[in-house]
Amino acid sequence: MPSSNLIRGNAIVANEWTCVTLPPPAEETVRKQAGKVVLFKLTGEVSATPEQIAATQIPASGKVLVPLSVWLARKQELAGRLDKGELGVWLDTHELIESLVEGEADLNDFPLIGVHVERCADGRIFSIATLLRTRYGYNNELRAFGDVLRDQLFFLKRCGFDSFLIRADRSAEEALASLKDFSAPYQGAVDDQLPIWRRINRNAL
Amino acid sequence: MYKYDKIDQTNVDERVAQFRDQTRRFLAGELTDDEFRPLRLRNGLYIQRYAPMFRIAVPYGMLASRQLRKLGDIAKRYDRGYGHFSTRQNLQLNWPKLEDVPEMLAELATVEMHAIQTSGNCIRNITTDQFAGIAPDEVIDPRAMAEILRQWSTFHPEFALLPRKFKIAVSGTKQDRAVVQAHDIGMEFYLDANNQVAIKVWVGGGLGRTPILGSVIREYLEWQHALTYCEAIIRVYNLHGRRDNIFKARIKILVKALGIDEFRRQVEAEWLHLKDSPNTITEAELKRVSQHFEQMPYEVLPAHNASFDAAIASNPAFAAWVKRCVHPHKQPGYRAITLSLKPHGKAPGDATSEQMHVVADLADQYSFGELRVSHEQNLILADVKLSDLFALWGKARKHGLATPNIGLLTDIICCPGGDFCSLANAKSIPIAEAIQQQFDNLDYLHDIGEIEINISGCMNGCGHHSVGHIGILGVDKDGSEWYQVSIGGKQGNDASLGSVIGPSFAAEEMPDVVQRLIDVYVQQRTPEERFIDTVRRLGIAPFKARVYADKDVHKEVAHA
Ligand code: SF4
Repeated sequence: MPSSNLIRGNAIVANEWTCVTLPPPAEETVRKQAGKVVLFKLTGEVSATPEQIAATQIPASGKVLVPLSVWLARKQELAGRLDKGELGVWLDTHELIESLVEGEADLNDFPLIGVHVERCADGRIFSIATLLRTRYGYNNELRAFGDVLRDQLFFLKRCGFDSFLIRADRSAEEALASLKDFSAPYQGAVDDQLPIWRRINRNAL
Repeated sequence: MYKYDKIDQTNVDERVAQFRDQTRRFLAGELTDDEFRPLRLRNGLYIQRYAPMFRIAVPYGMLASRQLRKLGDIAKRYDRGYGHFSTRQNLQLNWPKLEDVPEMLAELATVEMHAIQTSGNCIRNITTDQFAGIAPDEVIDPRAMAEILRQWSTFHPEFALLPRKFKIAVSGTKQDRAVVQAHDIGMEFYLDANNQVAIKVWVGGGLGRTPILGSVIREYLEWQHALTYCEAIIRVYNLHGRRDNIFKARIKILVKALGIDEFRRQVEAEWLHLKDSPNTITEAELKRVSQHFEQMPYEVLPAHNASFDAAIASNPAFAAWVKRCVHPHKQPGYRAITLSLKPHGKAPGDATSEQMHVVADLADQYSFGELRVSHEQNLILADVKLSDLFALWGKARKHGLATPNIGLLTDIICCPGGDFCSLANAKSIPIAEAIQQQFDNLDYLHDIGEIEINISGCMNGCGHHSVGHIGILGVDKDGSEWYQVSIGGKQGNDASLGSVIGPSFAAEEMPDVVQRLIDVYVQQRTPEERFIDTVRRLGIAPFKARVYADKDVHKEVAHA
């Protein structure tokens, strides 16, 4: 099998999807203090500019996972790919799920939704997945990618992810073990909606 | 108290295995510092100034004697033979070795203990009143709900990595002793018009860098919805709380930015979807957990005891201790007692391994083998017979556990500060010790009466300085340690935040500053007034005037 860092379900599988990213934003010159010009790269939670969206290169064939902003702005151009089942969409943890949901009749038209996490400590990813699964009824593949490390896998799985692209410098093989870190979680979540006291009779233990 | 079943034990055992592997990977260089940090933090492990600091959970402050013995043994074997009880009702060890921590956790698991979520950006230990279950003014024993909240919050997957730490307190008394208004979520249990248990929910309180008392987000919530309502609040926070600036990341900042009305609107909208979902608590589950908190097998006793009364009459030292350290109990003939961890000249909240064993023995002998940790950093025996008090006092005194200063000036609440904590601006323990030395006269202390002094070594406010009657905060000025003083803070139903009296002081000035504040109070007070009452009546002006009377204030301000 080709070396892959993608976990689906409980197995390592080949990644059929090409992830499309935005070109980097132009560096901006900002006048910070009177008379003093400083250069800094925009970081943090900025939205994509129209130039970036327009300049985003999308492979002409095969399965592609495109940024939410690109999907929203270039729907017409991409609709055919969606019909063929070769278009998925991904969002960043700071983007609003509502902007994805609003324009779609059914999220399940997407065979794949990805959520990109820039820093593994960013726990918004858990609420985003929970909402996609429970509030917006998304049933197809839900993939976490970016700074995805084994020690978050158990939580990611419980929140409804079924696909995990482990960060490239880490072993997906080893990460598999973490999906089973805990065997009797207390609270209901996406993967098992019932809290422990509704799953078993604890009085009988 | 709550006893683990197979499920609880499985969870802590699996946690030990998980952390053992994480530590192994870190030591083998497979995890970077940045990657290991959130993992160790959610297990109570900080890397401090001199060594790691390890925080062990004492859920809502309840301990069994065998657990305290184990804590004593662990402190001896892996640390320097003492531990520090914190204002979060937890136990902190200041000198463990990182490589020993998995083994310490494994030992803790044998007595149904753990360090889960004692730090890190997650839901922390649930706290409550140290007199829960026995207080005469209690309406509802909140411990079963605290345990249900503990289980629900343990490894809650959606809230595993919040913008910042998240603290929940519950209370079921008329007199709030759990400081619910100073927590991210505070739950005040009461009986509604139909005698059903209901909850008043507070949100957005906190004592750190920007002290704010919480706002009421819901006056009336049926108990069944406690978990789903928390989920709605925390989901809104998780998605919208700030993550770009650690100092603006607590929920209080979000509540303030949105305004409580808008925040409430968002939470209620979220809750519409969550209400009645499976995490809604069932009668059966509440009953199962409540069984663990049934009342102790008390003897039927008269309200008075002749030998006790005689001992009070003949032994002034015992009488003084009873006055300060013995508390009412709902069961006739019983009392709760506080074992002071604030002997003068020692770090507040510290207990040695030997003391832990002594207290465990006292608990076995006199109080059904259980005890509690109070957020004032003392230990409580909750169910002692009146007739046993004198004997108990004798033994406690021998081991330095009977300083009759509970609620008095030297019962100082103090964070570990610059001696241990890497975040500190200034030391806090030596300040507490110096103040205790200044006021080392029991008659004088009793004359001054009830007063709370709280000391924090930095803005994070672990010593709750902003609600201290006198609050002392370590600040950094040009790299040296200074102390800012505020007065008029208070916890409880009529909570308030203190006002800063002026420019800060050097460490050696602090005993004198406190002395001057007390002098003003002693001169100005009416016979019924406590320190806080006098401050509230007069405002800070006369106190300020005395403290700064001979100081060149303007110069100070200029370089403050
Ligand atoms: S208040 Fe500051 S110095 Fe004190 S324990 Fe907390 S973080 Fe450390």
